Amino acid sequence: MISDLFSVTVLIGILASGIRLATPYLYAAIGETFSQKSGVLNLGVEGQMLLGAFAAFYVALSTGSLWLGMLTAMIVGALMGLAMAYVTVNLHAQQGISGIGFYLFGLGMSDLLFQKLMGNVETVKGFPKIYIPGLSDIPGIGEIFFSQNILVYGAYLLVPLAWFVLNKTTLGLKIRSVGENPDAADSLGVSVARIRYFTIILGGVLSGIAGASLSIALLNVFQQNMTSGLGFIAVALVYFGGWRPVGVLGGALLFSLINSLQLWIQVLGIPIPSDIAVMMPYVLTILVLVATVSRVRSPSALSKPFEREN
Amino acid sequence: MTESTKLPSGKPRIETIEMRGITKRFPGVIANDKADFDIHAGEVHALLGENGAGKSTLMKILYGMYRPDEGEILLNGKPVTIASPNDSINLGIGMIHQHFMLVPTLTVAENVALGLPSSRGALTDLDRVSKRIVELASIYGLKIDPSAYVWQLSVGQQQRVEIIKALYRGAALLILDEPTAVLTPQEVDELFVIMRQMVKDGHALIFISHKLHEVVEISNRITVLRDGRRIGTRLTSETTKQDLANWMVGREIGFAPDRGKVEIGEARLKLEKVECGSDRGTPGLRGVSIEVRSGEILGIAGVSGNGQRELAEAITGLRKVTTGRVFLEGKDITNFAPGDITELNLSYIPEERMRDGMIKDFTIAENMILREHHKMPYSRMGFLNLSDISKHADELIAKFHVKTPSRETHAKNLSGGNIQKVVLAREISRNPRAIIAAQPTRGLDIGATEYVREQLLIERRKGVAVMLISEDLDEILALSDRIAVLYEGQVMDIVPRSEATPERLGLLMAGVHPEVSS
Repeated sequence: MISDLFSVTVLIGILASGIRLATPYLYAAIGETFSQKSGVLNLGVEGQMLLGAFAAFYVALSTGSLWLGMLTAMIVGALMGLAMAYVTVNLHAQQGISGIGFYLFGLGMSDLLFQKLMGNVETVKGFPKIYIPGLSDIPGIGEIFFSQNILVYGAYLLVPLAWFVLNKTTLGLKIRSVGENPDAADSLGVSVARIRYFTIILGGVLSGIAGASLSIALLNVFQQNMTSGLGFIAVALVYFGGWRPVGVLGGALLFSLINSLQLWIQVLGIPIPSDIAVMMPYVLTILVLVATVSRVRSPSALSKPFEREN
Repeated sequence: MTESTKLPSGKPRIETIEMRGITKRFPGVIANDKADFDIHAGEVHALLGENGAGKSTLMKILYGMYRPDEGEILLNGKPVTIASPNDSINLGIGMIHQHFMLVPTLTVAENVALGLPSSRGALTDLDRVSKRIVELASIYGLKIDPSAYVWQLSVGQQQRVEIIKALYRGAALLILDEPTAVLTPQEVDELFVIMRQMVKDGHALIFISHKLHEVVEISNRITVLRDGRRIGTRLTSETTKQDLANWMVGREIGFAPDRGKVEIGEARLKLEKVECGSDRGTPGLRGVSIEVRSGEILGIAGVSGNGQRELAEAITGLRKVTTGRVFLEGKDITNFAPGDITELNLSYIPEERMRDGMIKDFTIAENMILREHHKMPYSRMGFLNLSDISKHADELIAKFHVKTPSRETHAKNLSGGNIQKVVLAREISRNPRAIIAAQPTRGLDIGATEYVREQLLIERRKGVAVMLISEDLDEILALSDRIAVLYEGQVMDIVPRSEATPERLGLLMAGVHPEVSS
């Protein structure tokens, strides 16, 4: 039975679904990286994802357009981000607490809308696989990397893009300085408020896409609390990745591969209690976080509201 | 006069700036009250005043960080509106803040480029920025590596980055807010050389300070502010330190505190080869052996971050001593709990008075019994005895001249000087055997500073052993009987007061042994 795991077909399957499952983590965690780099801890990611997932699913179901669903998820995420930004930047709220508030709001609101507007679980036909010409024919590799849907490709393109924006553009320089020493940025005429609004809203949009990737690209259903902690894992991945996109990628892959492994263990009927299997990725996250987090310094101004002293 | 209108950086000069009738109100306070100020190209104009006199507010208005409620600013005779730092930068005004406005995790070039448009649009153009930094550095004689990370630089180097940052933005006028507060005497000399060069080249410099001898040394003109108003402006050559001090405070000030003769007695506090860590995980103290005797003030000099904080914390039990011993009156107190050390009558005036010296949201009466609250008469069988606590507070408020509406006022609502008086009152009224005073006058105005120093001298006359940790060399020289210099966690040397000069201490503070250097 255990030996089933090591057949080539199964290994390819594990890797392919691992690559796919990293998608929501990547969107959400890259978004969170931007807001944390600017000094804002957004714990509301999970709530933004849930509302995004519902919005994408409902719009796609009722209009038949997946892209319209995506766009709605992005707008919903942006609005959640806007609200979070107002509370954080203008009202100087404690970010840990307000983030949890936004999570609970997203959780409750997505369920309420689901009950009122749909009532029962339905499915949509999600984004189709795109076979990259030539590359998808390579045995093994093709199935793992080049036979995925558009949101999966997008998630991986986001990683170098985020690195580039953070490290090579004037915007990235502003984001990093606002997260390290907002007083310095302010004294040079960089608007701390504007930068933080931007990163929090960007984080919201990406969380919305992360939610949509679950409901109209990977699972193609919407259920109550379907993210089940995924958004919180995404926050942890930012710490794990040391606030670097490539580190986030590593964490997301590690996590999703373990997840994929445990799914296949259940599919193949390997006699490990399913509860234990489901627990694996989470236990692993805690262990890895404990082992790694203290090595990297977080942005100095993380979770500190900015106010000009007088 | 064949002065060109361009600066060596290629930017235009600011011939004159005038601030007229500037008023700025904050809730409950008038920071500036119809204040006037003017400066022209080619001069260092010193802005002098006590804490709360309105110097920083006035300059923050000029730099666009605050909007004035009334008044106008004229640049080369024409009125201008400065609504944000962006506006002032565009007009050629730069500011070197007291707390450096640098991002430690970024490189010098990144810090300089921050907030500026790039020649490559949305992409950064750090190569170009670095080239220009090197250019400017050579014009003005500042040594700086554009690719170094700011956290790697010394305080003096960081200040140079700040100056380059302003010059890069085309600053013709530079506001220097207490630029010497964090420097060694040698670094101050280097800064003054740079400042003189800039003035010769046609820059205008505003020098904010409360150190009179520096103001007299570097400035061409001096304006004194008091209570938000301009008291007067004079040519430096036509004034004396004594006049300036009287102007600042509004009354006569005695310069040299009366030390009196005191019999020096037995060693009360003794450290033997003490080592401990620092918050950064690096060694904090490295084999420190010193003693403080009854009736003497031992000054601990050094540039900030060379083990001063660790020294105070290691003695008071707040930081674990890894090797070595600490003795109080012959009793080994190494790694005792802070409470047990308190019981042995060691008093501590901490550096961060708002954080470690008191509880901001407690009343003054409560703060005054923080050390003794569990003892008679303030506590009986676990119940606080409010009438004795109030009596104690009233006595101390009167004796130490604490200016407060009542003993029930929350500590956070007091001014810095009065907060320090509360701490002093609590620590001194216990009749301690020894006192550790860390930066006891930092941030206080002349009046409060004078008072705190007097109190320390009174304790010394009573035979208390006082360790005075201070970054203010003038203070160390004025009060100490002997002076130990800390450098990178080691005692470089212990110098008797009679042999101590700022030059000698300055070299030691920079880590140079005079014997070795010559």
